[in-house]
Amino acid sequence: MNIYVVMKRTFDTEEKIEINNGVIDEEGAEFIINPYDEYAIEEAIVLRDEHGGEVTVVTVGDEEAEKELRTALAMGADQGVLIDVEDLDEEPDHFTIAELLAAYFKDKEYDLILGGNVAVDDGAGQVAPRLAEKLGINQVTTITDIKINGTSATIERDDEGDVETVEAQLPLVATAQQGLNEPRYPSLPGIMKAKKKPLETIDLDDLDLDEEDVAAKTRTVDRYLPPEKEAGRMIEGGPETQVDELVGLLKNEAKVL
Amino acid sequence: MNFALTKEQQMIKDMVKDFAQQEIAPKAEEVDRNERFPEETFQKMGELGLLGLPFPESYGGSGADTVSYALAVEEVGRACGSTGLSYAAAVSLGASPLYYFGDEKQKELYLKPLVTGEALGAFGLTEPNAGSDAGGTKTKAEKKDGRIVINGEKCWITNAAYAKCVIVTAVDGKDDRGRNNISAFIVPTDTPGFTITSPYEKMGVRGSNTCELVLEDVEIPEDHVLGEPSGGFKQFLYTLDGGRISIAALAVGIAQAACEKALAYAKERKQFGRSISEFQAIQFKLSDMSMEIELARNMVMKAAWLKDQGKPFTLEASYAKLYASEMATRVCNEALQVHGGYGYMREYGIERMLRDTKLMEIGEGTSEIQRMVIARQLGC
Repeated sequence: MNIYVVMKRTFDTEEKIEINNGVIDEEGAEFIINPYDEYAIEEAIVLRDEHGGEVTVVTVGDEEAEKELRTALAMGADQGVLIDVEDLDEEPDHFTIAELLAAYFKDKEYDLILGGNVAVDDGAGQVAPRLAEKLGINQVTTITDIKINGTSATIERDDEGDVETVEAQLPLVATAQQGLNEPRYPSLPGIMKAKKKPLETIDLDDLDLDEEDVAAKTRTVDRYLPPEKEAGRMIEGGPETQVDELVGLLKNEAKVL
Repeated sequence: MNFALTKEQQMIKDMVKDFAQQEIAPKAEEVDRNERFPEETFQKMGELGLLGLPFPESYGGSGADTVSYALAVEEVGRACGSTGLSYAAAVSLGASPLYYFGDEKQKELYLKPLVTGEALGAFGLTEPNAGSDAGGTKTKAEKKDGRIVINGEKCWITNAAYAKCVIVTAVDGKDDRGRNNISAFIVPTDTPGFTITSPYEKMGVRGSNTCELVLEDVEIPEDHVLGEPSGGFKQFLYTLDGGRISIAALAVGIAQAACEKALAYAKERKQFGRSISEFQAIQFKLSDMSMEIELARNMVMKAAWLKDQGKPFTLEASYAKLYASEMATRVCNEALQVHGGYGYMREYGIERMLRDTKLMEIGEGTSEIQRMVIARQLGC
């Protein structure tokens, strides 16, 4: 089986994030593989070990993303591909990334393309579905289980808390939801071996694309952190006094009633 | 000069950090309270290749360098001092002598299980009346009918209850000047006459396993001498030099954890209407702590780098061990002070770090011995 994973390098939302003039301070941030993409990588490795074949992890980014690709190789992926967009004048958006990936996959043979359900940075969940549309193949999002039988897949997907079972024909794009698996740590021998695994860097020219072809359709106007939570207020007294006061506050102060 | 880590070193650091924070840190309080050695943690560490980190792939290891190893020890120590000590002892004291001085057969038989995590390594040097003064070693090894018979006692031996074999130093004769010759022997723990108990109640690193060894007419085959006969002294000096780098790295890890806790607490704790981190008295403590940690870390990295380059590193390893261990005790003490009364309570974890880190000034050569090593290197 030819399994591909589309992966995003993103800042760790569990670490401190600073924003200066609408730009995230990359110096202070910690970067990781998007956690949902980590599920996708784990699942790809498990499926490869079961059915044979190869796992290729593809990312769109700059040279810095090589570290996350190497981490994926250390987990057990067979090869990495970096689509380098460092030279793009404008900030890429989901359209840009999907176009680049679609161009990359045009002449590839693939049975399964896995990705994360969303990235934890912008939470858009756009790239994988767009890619499936561009490639004209099936897509199943937020999957929590996948079994491959020959040329079809039996998939369980998370439907807002319910489970939906889907049968779909390969080739297929599927995006991982939490619960799909427990990603492994890259082992030390894995890290040492990752050094010797192929990691290819390609750019727009290699994909026969011009900058206009992938120009972003959206523009980020501003970024800001959510307002800090203010301290709560305790209402005292018996239940009746409390209810009266609360209703009063909601009416007069918060003006929501 | 290049202070940047390689990609592999950075990946190893990230992986160990993730693993240590997820799997080791949540147990630190419990293993300390119950004096429990977390066997399950070491099984996982074996599976991830951590126990074979600096050894070549041909022995089942990961083939990483000493810098990576020091980074790994720091991250494990940052999560739990006890686990860090057991880890450092397993690799630096248990497995390293077999790797550096063992013959192929010994490596196959005794190093491989350590590298894969099947068993832990242990190094039996210290005795009730001899440690760094190795000349005072009382344990004796005598040849008898083509076998070696060992008698003696060893104390404070880390990991021995979880070892398949212990490397034991013993006097096996005298040199031309009448001084004791010391050799190292590989003693399988199931040999009759070999008794291993854990009778100690320790101040800190209570989740690590510390043993007393009693050897009564313990018989081993002649080919169980490690390395050159009578080379024991030089071998364990080299072993301890390497071990010092790991103890220094461990001290940096414990201090880092204490400093992070102190900083977080200082920002959160409000007195006189503001966070205590806004007071200079607290700020200066935190500044000194973080500066000293970084200085110690740089020294650890330099010593590890020298070892990787195949250059002499005895002096730098002692600098690192001496400075990092004394620094860590100061930092943990100050971190506790920043916490005030809460720091004195178990719940906050700081008092454990102070108890744990005190050992770093004692184990693998006290601070006083480090100063002697340094003075000797200076030519005194």
